[in-house]
Amino acid sequence: MYDMKALYEAASVENAIALRLAHPEAQIVAGGTDVFVQMREGKRAGKELISIHELKELSGICIDEEENIRIGSLTTFSHITKNPIIQEKINVLGEAVDMVGGPQIRNAGTIGGNTCNGVTSADSASTLFAWDAIIELTGKNGKRYLPIKDFYIKAGTVDLRVEDGEIQTAILISKASYDNTAGFYIKYAMRNAMDIATTGCSVNCRLSPDKKTFERVRIAYGVAGPVPMRAPTAEETANGKLVSMETVDAFAKAVLEDIHPRDSWRASRAFRQHIAVELARRCLIESVKRCGGEL
Amino acid sequence: MAQYKLVKCTINGKAVEKMVDVRASLTDMLRNDFRLTSVKKGCEVGECGACNVLIDGEAVNSCLYLAAWADGKEILTLEGLMNPDGSISDIQQAFMDETAIQCGFCTPGFIVTATEILASGKEYSDDELRKLLSGHLCRCTGYQNIFRAVKKTMLRRLGKTAEAEAVR
Repeated sequence: MYDMKALYEAASVENAIALRLAHPEAQIVAGGTDVFVQMREGKRAGKELISIHELKELSGICIDEEENIRIGSLTTFSHITKNPIIQEKINVLGEAVDMVGGPQIRNAGTIGGNTCNGVTSADSASTLFAWDAIIELTGKNGKRYLPIKDFYIKAGTVDLRVEDGEIQTAILISKASYDNTAGFYIKYAMRNAMDIATTGCSVNCRLSPDKKTFERVRIAYGVAGPVPMRAPTAEETANGKLVSMETVDAFAKAVLEDIHPRDSWRASRAFRQHIAVELARRCLIESVKRCGGEL
Repeated sequence: MAQYKLVKCTINGKAVEKMVDVRASLTDMLRNDFRLTSVKKGCEVGECGACNVLIDGEAVNSCLYLAAWADGKEILTLEGLMNPDGSISDIQQAFMDETAIQCGFCTPGFIVTATEILASGKEYSDDELRKLLSGHLCRCTGYQNIFRAVKKTMLRRLGKTAEAEAVR
């Protein structure tokens, strides 16, 4: 038995919004792999829950009419990894979420829950930051679209307006973002399964047609600060430059201008800075290879 | 005030109905209402995999799943692997043959995950198999025997009997 005060099961998105307006104190539960653990720990004990678990319309991946990749917020990690659209256009996202927890957690946990937690270590978050994902929120006033960097406010807090009854309904990646682009993600953790990232780094790049120049490089980190973050100085260092090891090394060193990791029981600040540089280097090298470039 | 929900689902191939307390986890329902005690209560926070069941063919830790969500689903527990004549499945036999069991607490969860792995009909590499089995903790056998039982059964089902016998 979970220590819950009441359960409200949403029958539709409209119903979920109505329930949220009627019970503003209630916690939304999607896959349950975080909420129920927190209930057991006592953190969310005694709360009312609004379950959106059964909203099938929020699950699944498609290319929408504007050619965005549209990932329903209730799509589980394993379904993202196995999806042909993801594998073809943004394989790195499928690989990143294949490092969450263990197999059973990936069969239950959802990408919407992963982002709505507002946690910096979320395996999906750095890749979604690095690909300029757009968050779709649905509330009583209709839909609202936010760049993911604006969705994360501070550690554990995201821009979900309870007063508008909002829930997250989809995550979009625009064609301008995914077209002709390839990336790589490294999760640095103590174990290969059932562990939280000490640092996660996601890089992607687009090369010029002759594969000699970096047209666009993007890099984002999890656990380099209180929320996932991009490293704009590093990106500027590489954009428009020749595809070479010199550029890669300059790019990797430049990340230290941007990131602010902290000391914690998982790792020291100095160690996190060290691996952040190395991860940036390795991720960019792999991204170049995946774009068909040579180093 | 207690809140209840009528759950209609299929458990091990049989259509069932039960009025459940909405606070119940699926582990609670399977153990207490249906006496399916292969579903173990281990960590109850989704780390050990002892409560693992298949829901619509996918392995899920039933400790992090509401009984209320079972409505309309097809659930398989270890008990469902038994044949009508009472004999056991190849994967269960392989666990015995390979001594992949000591105390037995993790075994049902492992076998249910193995059932999902084997149902894919794919031949996985050793690294892939280890990753697929990584959601379970075993404190007795050290995993090697468990790994071997799953690998041998995978190869046998693919008709690769000689390769299966060569697995050490």
